[in-house]
Amino acid sequence: MSELLKMTATQARKSLLKREISSVELLNAYQTAMEKTEALNNYVTPTLEVAKEMAIKADKTYAKGNAGLLAGLPIGVKDLFCTKDIETTACSAILKGFFPPYESTVTSNVWKSGGVMLGKLNCDEFAMGSSNETSIFGPAINPWSKIDGSDLSSGGSSGGSASSVAAGAALMSLGTDTGGSIRQPAAFCGVVGLKPTYGRCSRWGIVAFASSLDQAGPFTRTVEDSALIFSAMAGHDQKDSTSASLETPNFSEAVNSGIEGLRIGIPAEYYVDGMDTDILNLWKKGRAWLEQAGAKVVDISLPHTKYALPCYYIIAPAEASSNLARYDGVKYGKRIEKESLDAMYEATRADGFGEEVQRRILIGTYALSAGYYDAYYLKAQQVRRLIKEDFDKAFNDVDVILTPTTPTAAFPIGAEIVDPITMYLNDVFTVPANLAGLPGISVPAGLSEQGLPLGLQLLAPSFREDRIFSAASAIEKQAEFSLAPVRAAGDLQ
Amino acid sequence: MSTFVSGRTGEWEIVIGMEVHAQVVSNSKLFSGSSAIFGASPNNHVSLVDAAMPGMLPVINAQCVKQAVLTGLGLNAKINKFSVFDRKNYFYADLPQGYQISQFKHPIVGEGEVQIELSDGSTHKVGIERLHLEQDAGKSLHDQHPSKSYIDLNRSGVALMEIVSKPEMHSADQAAAYIKKLRSILRYLGTCDGNMEEGSLRADVNVSVRRPGEALGTRTETKNLNSVKFIMQTIEFEVQRQIELIEDGGEVMQETRLFDTSTGMTRTMRGKEDAHDYRYFPDPDLLPLTFDDAFIDELKIGMPELPDEIKFRMVNEYGLSSYDANVLTEERETAAFYELASDGRDRKITANWMSVELFGALNKAGIELAQSPVSPNQLGGLIDLISDGSISGKIAKEVFSEMFETGKDAKLIVDEKGLKQVSDESAIVTMIDDVLATNPDKVNEYRGGKEKLFGFFVGQVMKASKGQANPGMVNKLLKQKLDL
Repeated sequence: MSELLKMTATQARKSLLKREISSVELLNAYQTAMEKTEALNNYVTPTLEVAKEMAIKADKTYAKGNAGLLAGLPIGVKDLFCTKDIETTACSAILKGFFPPYESTVTSNVWKSGGVMLGKLNCDEFAMGSSNETSIFGPAINPWSKIDGSDLSSGGSSGGSASSVAAGAALMSLGTDTGGSIRQPAAFCGVVGLKPTYGRCSRWGIVAFASSLDQAGPFTRTVEDSALIFSAMAGHDQKDSTSASLETPNFSEAVNSGIEGLRIGIPAEYYVDGMDTDILNLWKKGRAWLEQAGAKVVDISLPHTKYALPCYYIIAPAEASSNLARYDGVKYGKRIEKESLDAMYEATRADGFGEEVQRRILIGTYALSAGYYDAYYLKAQQVRRLIKEDFDKAFNDVDVILTPTTPTAAFPIGAEIVDPITMYLNDVFTVPANLAGLPGISVPAGLSEQGLPLGLQLLAPSFREDRIFSAASAIEKQAEFSLAPVRAAGDLQ
Repeated sequence: MSTFVSGRTGEWEIVIGMEVHAQVVSNSKLFSGSSAIFGASPNNHVSLVDAAMPGMLPVINAQCVKQAVLTGLGLNAKINKFSVFDRKNYFYADLPQGYQISQFKHPIVGEGEVQIELSDGSTHKVGIERLHLEQDAGKSLHDQHPSKSYIDLNRSGVALMEIVSKPEMHSADQAAAYIKKLRSILRYLGTCDGNMEEGSLRADVNVSVRRPGEALGTRTETKNLNSVKFIMQTIEFEVQRQIELIEDGGEVMQETRLFDTSTGMTRTMRGKEDAHDYRYFPDPDLLPLTFDDAFIDELKIGMPELPDEIKFRMVNEYGLSSYDANVLTEERETAAFYELASDGRDRKITANWMSVELFGALNKAGIELAQSPVSPNQLGGLIDLISDGSISGKIAKEVFSEMFETGKDAKLIVDEKGLKQVSDESAIVTMIDDVLATNPDKVNEYRGGKEKLFGFFVGQVMKASKGQANPGMVNKLLKQKLDL
């Protein structure tokens, strides 16, 4: 069994094609792994019966010789994607018992390519959080532990997606990234997390948090696997007006394509106070690795970086306050009956939304209010444009930008949830890419002194994920990161 | 075009502005593929998008955009090639998203104007401030259950054009003329069916009063009026109420009011302090709406002739009275009927026949022009028989009644019944001789100076001819015989 868990998606696909293993065998291995790692609280709704049917179907396609790109590969799905007839809660009490009569475009694409659905994965409520602690199901736990053995946060909001892949309880998984919700947990858990260009993956059928920032992306153990599943997820969707009408290139070709002459930018503004020395050192290492691989490293400036976080924490809550208005107890999900409509709204939403979600709805409502709109929302949009222009200018001189993914390694559960501002600071390096709509990836690149994984982030111009895959595979090769969390389902290397 | 009304303390000027919600003629809704057709049983025209299911996204319906631009062109308005959809946020049970997608800062159509005509024949221009596209809400049904409300989402997401006038109307009559003219333009363009009873056209009316020459007074807004009569009643009531209020030392409050159709009065719905803060912001699910000149030009080419242009032609080329031209252009179907019926014929006679006989018969039968048993060509056929002297006007009326009843052609009826006018001089002379021979005493009286008797002889000859003798000839020949 352990041999099966060790395979990357690309390796598993090769073995499946050669009929050395079957999809059902692979699924069985992952089913056992899911049971073994149950304490990590990654799956909120396992879907093993569905998975079994899908695996059997995948094996038939291999037999017939028409297997899709992801046929037979076990994949977990963040509980933010609507999945047909399978409970979809966004990890919120307000959507408990909601069974969508439709399937999101991205998951649909993945199942059409033959992917096998293991289940729905834990996340922060409505993807609002950086530690997976706002989930009504409780936090997903990082399979890497502190030296004293105490639990660490998986990061968030896609905590379950990162943790399950790191623990060997999913070969790959789907997440969403609004301000860092894929890259930060990927860094915390030691896996590869890709946030594609805004518009690359359809948002149709994904529970919306902040529409102008949300983007679906994959968690994988390798860069090669990331390119593989991303190629299946992406594509134009007429049902999403913000979806880019572009052909999806074969991203796998970019992996290990070499970075001779690639210009790498190191932004001065990403040296921030409170950044771990470990991370600073890793960043230097990353720079050296890329230079050794033939890239040209350039120091650059992104002058408006310091405004990115405040700007994000206006725009994201503003959009969320409106996006979450539909959860009102009238049509689906939770309702607390009261005498009047207004009383029903108040009771339902007070009970159905957790504290962090309520906080953001209030911030967003405030920011959009008459008399405050210009000072907050409008100003934030102006700043957003400046941030984007910073990147546009920088990309005149460089092809890819290298930064750390997070200012720290994974923190203990309960350590930061007490102070929202500290929690928000987790996103300081990841948020600019969402504001500018750029693609970004987090690659596991080393360990902290405490033996915890650390990630490096690569950013590229819009729709140039190919450059990200080239550079990320170069780092991956030289970092020789070993995915060996103590609480994994087995030996993954 | 200001007119003043007298209060107890002097003259007042009325200022009226209107926001008209016009449902766009389109098979599907503004942002979803579900049917926008009226009349389905509750919740049968509802897509996942209309019901605001999690993760659902709006996609603009190009047909609705075309209709809005076409309407803008019909209002001689500025078409904005760049416009933005915004979210108007508020909670209500029949608003599934918790916001209405509308256009706030950047509407699709800017300033324009509508020409209105009053009963005294004077024409005036009413400015259009803007036109924007927005979603309709669903419908709350409060009368289905003692303690619950039911929600019908068929209308949720249906496209509306909100057409905002400038505050440039000054009487209930002007407001009525404006809404009628607007409705007529929309119907000519085919962008709104104008059915006020079904709610496809409804108006919010803003009314204020001021002393002539002074700054604008505080206005009230009365919502959702779905007939011209209610609009006029609202204005009349509000004007009276506001003048009395101010003259009694009170103050008009800026508020939203409701019109009670049973009493003809308005009452407070909510005051300014209860006004919603809609927290408008650009909808991040939609890109700004942009199109080029070619898109507009193509719509211009396909534009039908509008009532003002047709009326101008009718008055100046056909020589119709402004009144007749108005009647014939109010509806697109009427104008089209008339153009067909009068083509190549006497335009004035056709106009008379349509507005008097045809409309009279339709009214009496309680049917619309579209259901008329007499087609434009058939009416034209009747006019032909009058013009070439085959039948007299009097016989024509008889023929028309029969046409209306049976749907038969005029010529067929005339032939079947032998109603063709007698224009044969010798035949008429014979009849005249007979009449004169049987009434020698009357002939003597006439010749003795009792000229009034001429009518009697005409009547007798017509009677003898069963009404078919050409009346002009009867007159002429009779005169010759009697005045020997």
